[in-house]
Amino acid sequence: MRLIAAIGEWLDYRLQLAAPIREAAEHPVPRNTASWWYVFGSAALTIFLLQLATGILLAMVYVPSAAEAWSSLQALNHQVALGWFIRALHGWGSNFMVAVVLLHMVQVFLFGAYKFPRELTWIVGVFLLLTTLGMAFTGQIMRFDQDAYWGLGIGASIASRVPVAGPMIVSMMLGGPIIAGATLSRFFTLHVFVIPGTLIALVCLHVLMVLKLGINEWPMPGRLVRRATYEREYHALTRRDGAPFVPYAIWKDLFFAAFIILAAAGCAWYFGPFGPTGQPDPTIIQTAPKPDYFFLWMYALLSLLPPSLETPALLIGPVVAIVALLLLPFLSGEGEKSWKRRPIAVLTVLLIAITLGTFTHLAGYAPWSPHMNAWSGDPVPDHMLKGTTALERQGALVFQGKQCRNCHALGESGGERGPRLDSVAVRLTEDQLIRQVIQGGGNMPAYGKNLSPAETTALVAFLKTLHPATQAPARDASREAVIGDGSGSSNRGSVAARGGAEP
Amino acid sequence: MSNEILMTRRGLFMKLGVLLNGVVGIALAVPFVRYLFASATRASRALPWVQLGGVNQFPEGETRLATFRNPIVMPTDGKTADTACWVRRIEGEQFQVFAVNCAHLGCPVRWFPQSGLFMCPCHGGAYYRDGSRASGPPERGLFEYPFKVENGVLTIQAGELPTPGTTAPASATAMAGERLEGKKPPCA
Repeated sequence: MRLIAAIGEWLDYRLQLAAPIREAAEHPVPRNTASWWYVFGSAALTIFLLQLATGILLAMVYVPSAAEAWSSLQALNHQVALGWFIRALHGWGSNFMVAVVLLHMVQVFLFGAYKFPRELTWIVGVFLLLTTLGMAFTGQIMRFDQDAYWGLGIGASIASRVPVAGPMIVSMMLGGPIIAGATLSRFFTLHVFVIPGTLIALVCLHVLMVLKLGINEWPMPGRLVRRATYEREYHALTRRDGAPFVPYAIWKDLFFAAFIILAAAGCAWYFGPFGPTGQPDPTIIQTAPKPDYFFLWMYALLSLLPPSLETPALLIGPVVAIVALLLLPFLSGEGEKSWKRRPIAVLTVLLIAITLGTFTHLAGYAPWSPHMNAWSGDPVPDHMLKGTTALERQGALVFQGKQCRNCHALGESGGERGPRLDSVAVRLTEDQLIRQVIQGGGNMPAYGKNLSPAETTALVAFLKTLHPATQAPARDASREAVIGDGSGSSNRGSVAARGGAEP
Repeated sequence: MSNEILMTRRGLFMKLGVLLNGVVGIALAVPFVRYLFASATRASRALPWVQLGGVNQFPEGETRLATFRNPIVMPTDGKTADTACWVRRIEGEQFQVFAVNCAHLGCPVRWFPQSGLFMCPCHGGAYYRDGSRASGPPERGLFEYPFKVENGVLTIQAGELPTPGTTAPASATAMAGERLEGKKPPCA
């Protein structure tokens, strides 16, 4: 024991770090900040350390070459002892890190911690969020599989829409004319050197400012922040009702950090690593790429926005969002901190959370994507064919054979790109059905060129049978008035005979 | 007297030292920046021609998937330099060669000969057989490679990832013609 103390003294005589470290550890913090609400920042840092450790371990085996990356991931999953676990831990660690950083940000926002004098801490925090998301995106590219390959294509398509500089940005991003070896090397450099280096520097700055300016006190409704008096009040508070950060507050940080790491490890152990999916071979086109969890909302947004709004939203939206976050501490640097008296702040958080949550949920089953195999994989439900005529059955065949099913659901299966057709005959009359099939419109392609007259007749005959037994199909009253009852189309007889229509 | 205070020997050397480092820095920045932007400056050159195979591989009136090795390759590219494209042989030496990349965000579109549509699995873009936009989020038709037939071999000009910002739209006449035909009621 005496030896350890002697070594410690020898080192500190030269380093002179013990005093500043002790001072930082024991600096007084307001007593009520020793709360479970104040643990997210340190948890984010802990997960970042986990990412550094697992990242270094993975880099020992991973080969950042477009020709080898995928097989080196396979080797990690199946050949290297516990390689699968380190990969899983890195992947889950990434998800947890984004989640905890977002939680931290919401807490800081709702507790008014971005106000004077902590504006710069918030601004550095915004850049930390961006670098964290940058790590998540480039990390998805490191998992060099089909999703990564086509994800890069999506990134390039978005970047190419920048006016004037678009093509140059794309070739800078790809490192060449196509997504290939140079692209992966580039993203590897970003993921392993550039962004983590920036992240470490920003984290140091962020923590330094927390130490210099003190942890944000628990917001009390009615206690307003004023530039002239805030710091005097804060120091009075820490003197009157303060406690040393170590050990008074830190034990909660330690507990939560351990819990988060354990949770990430538990997920990694139970769920295993993410992918890789198929080989990054661009000639295999039977693939439907999807982004990782935290970018799913964007995937949804890109399919739901009207096409004309897409480019402006893609290029201007992120700029507006980042500028708004950066300006926030300058627009409301003083005043009320407590969320109890900031209804707009609370509503903003709820609105953003619900929006992102809804988009993410929608992206989970992607109703806008055609089901590419529905036409050959999902048969027309039996009960829809019971008691139908030969023509109507032929129509059901046309319906399947022309891939209508890829976009239109019948019964429980089929695409959701277009409306379900279980009761289409209630909505559209025979003439409207013919027009819709042949001319398309309202986001449906025109099938006129790909259907013979006989096929169209059969298809429409089948569609006319699609209505609930208790609901009559739509009919065109004016047509009956003009042509006269009973002299309509040849198909009406069959529908009427089945008791479905009310002529 | 005051001049001596403003410019001491050591002060002058320090300024010269800063200047020297500035000059060295700029001299090094030139190759650094040129290296960094190499991929962007190379893009302005004309793209090479690649052979897709004999025209007889592509039956008239059909659309087939063809693959080619990208003409601009690096040793580390592996499979990623293999590229797919959709070849539509209209008749004789009349072709259309489409990129598989959707004009919306670049996902690979698939050809469905039964319905005569290209469909994109990502956001549901659809195109007619001539590559013109049928429905969904794309704002234009499929990207087309320029082609020529030489000695019975179909050759295309390729080598660059087609993206909405870098590739000009396909010929407007083909798009308009097909769409009109598509709208003609077959039973009229």
